[in-house]
Amino acid sequence: MSAQGSKFDFDIAVVGSGPAGLAAAALAASKGASVVLLDEQAEPGGQIYRAVTETPVRDRKVLGPDYWHGAELLGPLRDSGATHWPGTTVWSVARPREDAADGSRPIQIGLSRNGAASMLTVRHVILATGALERPFPIPGWTLPGVLGAGAAQVLLKTSGLVPSGATVMAGSGPLLWLLAWQYLQAGARIDAILDTTPRENWRAALPLLPGFLRSPYLGKGMKLMLDVRRKLTVIGNVTSLRAESGLAGGKGGEGVLKSVVYTRNGTEHRLPADTLLLHHGVIPNLNLANATGCAQRWDEQQRCWRPTTDEWGATSVEGVSLAGDGAGIGGARAAEEAGRLTALDALYRLGRIGREQRDQSAAPFRAALDRALTGRAFLDTLYTPAEAFRVPADDTIVCRCEEVTAGAVREAVRLGCSGPNQAKSFLRCGMGPCQGRLCGPTVTEVIAAERNVSPAEVGYYRLRPPVKPITLAELAALPKTDADIDAVFKH
Amino acid sequence: MTATASPKPDVIVIGGGLHGCSAALHLSMRGVRVLVLEKDHVARHASGVNAGGVRQLGRHVAEVPLSVASMALWHGIRDLVDDDCGFESHGQIKVAETEAELETVRARVAVLNALGFTHEEVIGQDELRSLVPAIADHCVGALVSRGDGAAIPFRTTFAFRRKAIALGARFQEGGAVTRLARNGGLWTVETADGAKYEAPVVVNAAGAWADRIAAQVGEPVPLEVIAPMLMITARVAPFIKPVVGATGRTLSFKQFPNGTVLIGGGLLGRAVRDENRTELDFSQVSVNARTVWDLFPCMRGATIVRSWAGIEARMPDQIPVIGPSGTEPDLYHSFGFSAHGFQLGPIVGRITADLITAGSTDLPIDPFRIGRFAA
Ligand SMILES: Cc1cc2nc3c(=O)[nH]c(=O)nc-3n(C[C@H](O)[C@H](O)[C@H](O)COP(=O)(O)OP(=O)(O)OC[C@H]3O[C@@H](n4cnc5c(N)ncnc54)[C@H](O)[C@@H]3O)c2cc1C
Ligand SMILES: Cc1cc2nc3c(=O)[nH]c(=O)nc-3n(C[C@H](O)[C@H](O)[C@H](O)COP(=O)(O)OP(=O)(O)OC[C@H]3O[C@@H](n4cnc5c(N)ncnc54)[C@H](O)[C@@H]3O)c2cc1C
Repeated sequence: MSAQGSKFDFDIAVVGSGPAGLAAAALAASKGASVVLLDEQAEPGGQIYRAVTETPVRDRKVLGPDYWHGAELLGPLRDSGATHWPGTTVWSVARPREDAADGSRPIQIGLSRNGAASMLTVRHVILATGALERPFPIPGWTLPGVLGAGAAQVLLKTSGLVPSGATVMAGSGPLLWLLAWQYLQAGARIDAILDTTPRENWRAALPLLPGFLRSPYLGKGMKLMLDVRRKLTVIGNVTSLRAESGLAGGKGGEGVLKSVVYTRNGTEHRLPADTLLLHHGVIPNLNLANATGCAQRWDEQQRCWRPTTDEWGATSVEGVSLAGDGAGIGGARAAEEAGRLTALDALYRLGRIGREQRDQSAAPFRAALDRALTGRAFLDTLYTPAEAFRVPADDTIVCRCEEVTAGAVREAVRLGCSGPNQAKSFLRCGMGPCQGRLCGPTVTEVIAAERNVSPAEVGYYRLRPPVKPITLAELAALPKTDADIDAVFKH
Repeated sequence: MTATASPKPDVIVIGGGLHGCSAALHLSMRGVRVLVLEKDHVARHASGVNAGGVRQLGRHVAEVPLSVASMALWHGIRDLVDDDCGFESHGQIKVAETEAELETVRARVAVLNALGFTHEEVIGQDELRSLVPAIADHCVGALVSRGDGAAIPFRTTFAFRRKAIALGARFQEGGAVTRLARNGGLWTVETADGAKYEAPVVVNAAGAWADRIAAQVGEPVPLEVIAPMLMITARVAPFIKPVVGATGRTLSFKQFPNGTVLIGGGLLGRAVRDENRTELDFSQVSVNARTVWDLFPCMRGATIVRSWAGIEARMPDQIPVIGPSGTEPDLYHSFGFSAHGFQLGPIVGRITADLITAGSTDLPIDPFRIGRFAA
């Protein structure tokens, strides 16, 4: 489409400017490759360092030192000469065509920027699209007033906003504790934390504890948790949750959140709440990789799908690699090192550095990556959400876009649907604007449980571009060649 | 492993798309024991992902008698498969954007009328406006087929499968037929997992892979593998009932009851059939979007949330292959529907059953014989 060196042609595109993308782009560009860094957010930082350049939260102790580490990644990016396009949504990555006449194997990227769509040509793509919160389908989770803890944290980081009124947090995992701690520092009101970590998980996690004792997260995590436990009401062993729009005895349905009902040791309790923040871990945001055709596998330990990658982050699709939480959850420091490793491999594949140089330069990053991943297995095992919260009861909505319940999915299985793609064709679940981000993992698990087979066997949605909605006007205005138009009129 | 547990089938159908399922249903209705072999799962390909257009409008004249007969089955689809298949009939309309296009459609109606078919009519600007208030001002008239409509493809194909099973058909999914051989009046059909099945009669309903089955019996066909694309919008307030196409360009435009709008019409991406994979061509998707921009100004702000393509077989003359093999007895073909075979599903299964159980059919299928490609 356009010659190398033009505005729409680069050696490497990096999608996502979290720690993985920032580190990858800076390293690749510093070695002379032409690099473009794309992110739909207005500012770099990704999830963890969201709004790190602009946050109104001036008091450094509120967001904590881990957050402010993000600022250190920005200097190298600036100095590297990488082109940075914030506010750019990538809606398609087309794998290289194996039948190109001239033997060139460019990759086409569809993006949307300032309200206009265009195509970019690159030779290598590093997807650093990060993580998403794991869907937390409970009765009433669609009520106004119920939101993901991660989404609430975004409001804190970008706008300094904290919830008002009675606030309950529920779920499990490090991020829940981190947010509770950040709210404490910010002086926000939290009425209770309902901890859903299953008691049995401790038994499975204990043998992995020695590894965790060497983890860089240990000290920080313990301090944070103790702080929170000292100052807030923490209710453990919660085995069921329901969000209701009525107060005691009221029926669910229309309206907004009024109370949270939970079960503890077999007894039901009710708490009044204006805000319920749910969280039980994060999973790879694999939509773009999946739509690009990258193979993926079920990770039993993290109970999620993850794209298949080699030790350099290379996927099953030529010229496409993955770094960071998008390839499997490892946390921010691991993401950063993985970003550097994929960048080195991309430089090698593009012929910019030799194999030996790649391997030598990689050694310190690989060591740092291993350190960052120490103790992960313990956290993954301890914080595996209980089945009740992954495989909801019949009346719970699983697909919010199309309002499909778990019961409807089970009914489709009884009619012969054996996996998510058939359920999608049958029920439209996963066909809405979120493209399965909010229902995919649940639909997989519900079908697997109903068929009594492993999630690996039932599979996952086949996703298609655009992975993010774009307007018809933008699509219509995409540059077209005369040949395109001819081909159509001849048809 | 052999399929010994159940009685030997009378007919093996290769392919669990709508055409395979329909043949299985009609045969089962007549007491024939059918085994359907599907390499992936039923409705995995074209039959599950198409636009669901149930259209007589604008068909090749050779297809018209079949299409009209199929339409009658669609209007009683619940009686046939115990499910309404999401079928709704609000007509299909082909818009004329210029006087010249209107002339073209008038000429077409004259041809059809001469053949005795009256389902297509030309309408002027006023009636077009009343049927499709959102249509762009420049459109001067249209061709309409009032009995046409749309159904939900996956549900339809599944319903055919379910009813066939209820009547005794068996389905074996997840193993591709790799070999086909006839010995002493019996076909032996081998699948990739090593299983062997036997039956006196075989139906080739293997869609975009059907040429490979035909090649096994020395009957090569010029089948082209294509990947028609579709896209769907987020919900917009309901504003249109009929399915709309265009005369001078490629379009199929339909709003679902839930408000989402399906846009397609046959613009092609790329199919990699050995990997069950398609790739979209966004410059073509863009052409499609441009057509909608021109014809439905109210859609300009709509958002596209998903697009996809299906793998389909196209023949050089754009009409299917239906009927007995030219080289082997007791082999029947039903493939190559060239991006408009969904509507024909109910009738072509009946035709195949006619051929197998009675040796002939009352519908004119000569134009679809496989021998037409032989030099
Ligand atoms: C809501 C949320 C909050 C989190 N908060 C913390 C925290 O405070 N502390 C912590 O240690 N960990 C947090 N995590 C965990 C987090 O995943 C990692 O710590 C870390 O951010 C991972 O880095 P990454 O570079 O892999 O991806 P991310 O930091 O997630 O960055 C991915 C980036 O890709 C961009 N992107 C994705 N898809 C597209 C697309 N199609 N087009 C354009 N851009 C795209 C996103 O906008 C995002 O900026 C959070 C996770 C989530 C989901
Ligand atoms: C995007 C799109 C939109 C369309 N829109 C419309 C429309 O609006 N209206 C309309 O009338 N038509 C439409 N069509 C066309 C219509 O979908 C097809 O003509 C019709 O579904 C073909 O049915 P089939 O059974 O021949 O093929 P398929 O549905 O492809 O079924 C063939 C089956 O055979 C199986 N198979 C192949 N080889 C083997 C083997 N060796 N062993 C075992 N199994 C095998 C395949 O896996 C497949 O499931 C559209 C098509 C597409 C792709």
